[in-house]
Amino acid sequence: MTLHRAIAKTAAETTLAEQFASLANPDSDRVAAFAAFADKGLPSRRDEAWHYTDLRSAMASAAPLAPPPDADRISAAREMLAARKRVGDLRLAIVDGRYVPQLSDPAPAGLLVGTLAKFAPSGRASAIVALNDAFASNGLSLIVDAGVDLKERIEIVHCAHAEAPQSAYSRLSITLLAGAKARIVECFVAAGPAYQRNAVTRASLNASAMCSLVTIVEDDASLHVETQIADLGADAEFNAFALVAGCALARRELIVRHEEAGAKIALAGLALIDGRRHADATLEVVHAAPEGQSREFFRTIVADEGTGVFQGKVVVRPGAQKSDGAMKSQAILLSPQAAMNNKPELEILADDVVCGHGATVGALDPEQVFYLQTRGLPRSEAEAMLLEAFAGEAIARVDEPEFAQILLSMTRAWLAGRAGAAPA
Amino acid sequence: MLEIKNLSVEVKGKPILDGLNLAVKTGEVAAIMGPNGSGKSTLSYVVAGKPDYEVTGGEVLLDGEDLLALEPDARAARGVFLAFQYPIEIPGVATMTFLKAALNAHRRALRQPDLTTPDFMRAARGAAQNLKIDPEMLKRPLNVGFSGGEKKRMEILQMALLAPRLCVLDETDSGLDIDALRIVADGVNALRDPKRSFLVITHYQRLLEYVRPDVVHVMAKGRIVKSGGPELALELERNGYRDYTSEAA
Repeated sequence: MTLHRAIAKTAAETTLAEQFASLANPDSDRVAAFAAFADKGLPSRRDEAWHYTDLRSAMASAAPLAPPPDADRISAAREMLAARKRVGDLRLAIVDGRYVPQLSDPAPAGLLVGTLAKFAPSGRASAIVALNDAFASNGLSLIVDAGVDLKERIEIVHCAHAEAPQSAYSRLSITLLAGAKARIVECFVAAGPAYQRNAVTRASLNASAMCSLVTIVEDDASLHVETQIADLGADAEFNAFALVAGCALARRELIVRHEEAGAKIALAGLALIDGRRHADATLEVVHAAPEGQSREFFRTIVADEGTGVFQGKVVVRPGAQKSDGAMKSQAILLSPQAAMNNKPELEILADDVVCGHGATVGALDPEQVFYLQTRGLPRSEAEAMLLEAFAGEAIARVDEPEFAQILLSMTRAWLAGRAGAAPA
Repeated sequence: MLEIKNLSVEVKGKPILDGLNLAVKTGEVAAIMGPNGSGKSTLSYVVAGKPDYEVTGGEVLLDGEDLLALEPDARAARGVFLAFQYPIEIPGVATMTFLKAALNAHRRALRQPDLTTPDFMRAARGAAQNLKIDPEMLKRPLNVGFSGGEKKRMEILQMALLAPRLCVLDETDSGLDIDALRIVADGVNALRDPKRSFLVITHYQRLLEYVRPDVVHVMAKGRIVKSGGPELALELERNGYRDYTSEAA
């Protein structure tokens, strides 16, 4: 007998195993996926990629699996969506992890929207992706036809449950055929503090395709674990941005690869962390082909007793000559209890490349605050102006003006809420 | 207007101002001259309310009100303005956005309604034109990448827009070429008013050729050691500060 793991299962792992055993007739891919998960277990600080986010100890329990939405749930979601301001032109709805066509707009020509019945095994899967492979169903698939520059901006709304303890597994597949262009905003909303989420996005960009993807995590889920995996063909462009301003524990992992020459990757993010929240952005950018460009620009504001994590790894494979990479993570801490873990990394295995990284953590500059105060701005207003500027430089990386505007107003709301909450 | 009585200030435990006395009358342009390290900039910062300057004795009164008890923004609301020797860069904040926020903060302090955007734009453009500031510069982040002269002109522009009662100019002439100096001096002179006072801090007499002071105070070792008319500036230009540094010692 071989002991794969020396450590006993946690309560959450035991529950997950029971939940999987309760599934009716899982197919062989799901069985294999769950076995892969069970073999690794929940990631802990012993896993390098999870060093600062120990999911194993943070996840005290696994919430019950969210059932497929029934008529009542769908009508509740319809009401919620109707009350919500639309972003973009085409809305697609996911309820408790499952794509719901009857709550979604019809697709225009050039875009194929469908339900993902089955998932291609993820290959480079982490335990978290394996768990998603095992449990997710009714995922959303988007395919943009070759050469189509989709004018309709797509809004994907993930509707969660505000009260019920539930776990939702969602799967989004974005395929852009050669030369296709799409602009997408994905919003995770309405989760209450008993909600757990495991979301996986797989983006496949064929030659000269362009995808702009904005992710907004703004609700109160206890757990938001998200994985974005993007593969870029020749001269493709992937421009992803995320705003994280919620959840007790939010972990976003991005794995992006230049598969062919001349692709461009721009990853940016803004995390606004207050209370005792924990937000983790972990990136792996792989230059596997020559002449690729990558830009990573992440900003974090940590207040109260919050914790921010940035781990960025840029890998330049042998032969990926003329790769051009620049990575930056900057954080502002607003209280003595606030913490930030910054870990930028370069792994360069080619000799003709330009790559650099930088990471800073600091407080607001008192000289700047004083300067603004001498011009009549009260301290709280001066601080909010500086923080908005700091956040705004990350949001400026979003090229879709409507999306950027929404991100900016959410940032302002967050800053205003903080100013309102601060003691006089 | 401004009355400073027996003011002593320490920075990180080191005494900088040592029982300084100074009075500036309403409508007066007072120059403060002194050698490096005499405490001129400290005086300007203490009047504006910079943190980390520990007042160990004395008082600073604006029309009889204790300024030292007020936050810097409350001092600004009462009409104190400091033109910085080294204006601070504020990345990510467009100059226009900043100017509007500052102007409206003042108006709110005076219980006046916010300016409409067209009214504000008119005021800002007009002030920029007077100081030969390219309106395009107002779209750039405040002071970021501005030349020394541009930064100083931007300080005067803020002063013109905020219309303070007490203007403290901290070495506004430093780093300016002769043309920029003239523009800045013209900007200051345009603001001279019987109801407005100026405290012009400078190391050299040069600025005072353009901004004629009513009185000149000489500062050394944290005190005012001599006061006189404009002729005192010329005397300093001829003889340097040697007499005063030894006198104060």
